[in-house]
Amino acid sequence: MRLLYAFLAGGLFGAGLFVSGMTDTSKVQGWLDVFGEWDPTLAFVMGGAIIPMAIAWRLVPGRKPLAGDTFPAPQEPKISRELVLGSTMFGAGWGLAGLCPGPAIASLSYGGMWHWVFVAAMLAGMAITPSLRVRLDRLAPAE
Amino acid sequence: MEQDWIWGLVGGLLIGTGGAVYLLGNGRIMGASGIIGGLVDGTGRNTLAERLVFLAGVILLPILLYPLYGAVDTHVSTNPLVIIAAGLLVGAGTRLANGCTSGHGVCGISRLSLRGIVATVFYILAGGLTVVVFRHLLGVI
Repeated sequence: MRLLYAFLAGGLFGAGLFVSGMTDTSKVQGWLDVFGEWDPTLAFVMGGAIIPMAIAWRLVPGRKPLAGDTFPAPQEPKISRELVLGSTMFGAGWGLAGLCPGPAIASLSYGGMWHWVFVAAMLAGMAITPSLRVRLDRLAPAE
Repeated sequence: MEQDWIWGLVGGLLIGTGGAVYLLGNGRIMGASGIIGGLVDGTGRNTLAERLVFLAGVILLPILLYPLYGAVDTHVSTNPLVIIAAGLLVGAGTRLANGCTSGHGVCGISRLSLRGIVATVFYILAGGLTVVVFRHLLGVI
């Protein structure tokens, strides 16, 4: 059952990314570019995605997942420097290429060679992150 | 195009429904960078199959929908430096921050997570600044 839910979720995610136009890098960069010809689409995608998710979160308390043991624990509201630094790095890359991890994967079948190059670089970035964390800790030990 | 926002909203609802299925079904947060990253650094070894099946769905549905659209231009940059730098930043940044647009953005904001909201503010500000600098000042993208 877990595999079925995962496939269903992935399919809905991929279909949503495709029909929303979020695999078109010009729409993402157009939304980020407040000084250009601003494209509002991304705000509708975000808003639309948050609605079913907010309903789902409301169903969580007092229940168990249909095919799992526990729901994710509530997060500690701790703003770490990794969160800020990582999000800033991610944002810079997102602005440069107009791609984030979901759309980069969803567009592999039709985006052409440069999407593959992007995903390869993204996987490399993910692979070096554990050692990046170690270096960061050595450079400035977390309090 | 005029109806772009409608398709944006429809697509957004599909994405959010996917996230709801993953949460209520498997009890997990649908974050693309987390699902992929766990495969790369080995932290997702115990949930290997569901990660792969999820990604298969993400790749397969656009393949099935593509014929309805004909040609889809993603307007992606063909500058190797831009693409490789962007990919490295997205990969390392999302793993360092433990989330991307889907995990922090969609799943985090919808549960009013402070971490999700702060992450989203920073990646949007950094993205906006990057587009302004590299498009309007440097003319690279």
